[in-house]
Amino acid sequence: MSDLDPTDLAILRILASDATTSAARIGRAVGIGQPAAWRRIRKLTDQGILAGRRVVVDNTALGFGVTVFLGVRLATKGRTSLEDFERAVTAIPEVQIVQHVLGQFDYRLRVTARDISDFERILRRRIMTLPGVGQVEANVMLSEERRPGPLGAPD
Amino acid sequence: MHDATDRRILRHLLADPDAPNSDLAQRAGVTQASLWRRLDRMRATGIIAAIQGRIDWRALGYEVQVSLRFTLDKTDPRAFDDFIAAAREVPEVLEIQTFLGSVDLRLSVIARDMAHWQQIYRDRILRLPHVSDSDALMLVSTIKDSVELAL
Repeated sequence: MSDLDPTDLAILRILASDATTSAARIGRAVGIGQPAAWRRIRKLTDQGILAGRRVVVDNTALGFGVTVFLGVRLATKGRTSLEDFERAVTAIPEVQIVQHVLGQFDYRLRVTARDISDFERILRRRIMTLPGVGQVEANVMLSEERRPGPLGAPD
Repeated sequence: MHDATDRRILRHLLADPDAPNSDLAQRAGVTQASLWRRLDRMRATGIIAAIQGRIDWRALGYEVQVSLRFTLDKTDPRAFDDFIAAAREVPEVLEIQTFLGSVDLRLSVIARDMAHWQQIYRDRILRLPHVSDSDALMLVSTIKDSVELAL
């Protein structure tokens, strides 16, 4: 654990919900001056704790009404099959997240599609044709909530 | 509500959210003033719901990330509400998703190390209500993590 104090954690909580908050406003919120707030933000960035921005868009309003989480099990294992699979799956634009995992599946994917028939097309033409792909389990996302994470009092 | 220019701006913004506005304007082929106006409008209308700071939990000492998948006992109509309310009380829970499929719910949970994970699992996760089945996928590595859409 790095040497974060409650003020740093408070700054992280603010920036995690809105990265565009100004140093002046953050300073006022946590009870320090703007230059001090700026220095702390700079330090959190230099330490790699604040790692850029995430833009959250309304997928449905943009015409992407369906998000599906896939569990993929490879039929053949081995170093080259993992590399082939990873290269091919990351190239699919509708696949947002690719994670190598241990457990019932080898990979978990997050896929966005315009609607269910668009998803079916992606599944049949892009996912099922990936090199080495075996069992695939699909779960259609109904709702999603992101939590602030353990940014409470340091222990 | 939004036009082809907005979609072009979003495509570049989602691909590189840390790019300065001057670069973004140039890539999208609009003036900076126009970019500001359009970003403002998209934030006001909710097309852009939020611009959040990304926290690298690994840099904060959280080495373990687990995807927990649950099937609930749906004979109780309060199963989802009770479970989600209890999951919100666990600070290490980063994401809560509900699904239509063989899995009802998923939690993304972080821990400092395996000993910490075991503690969270025993003291918090196993006590979540209405669970009929669960399994865990332990993260090895993230190959791709993007919010890009095929706009």
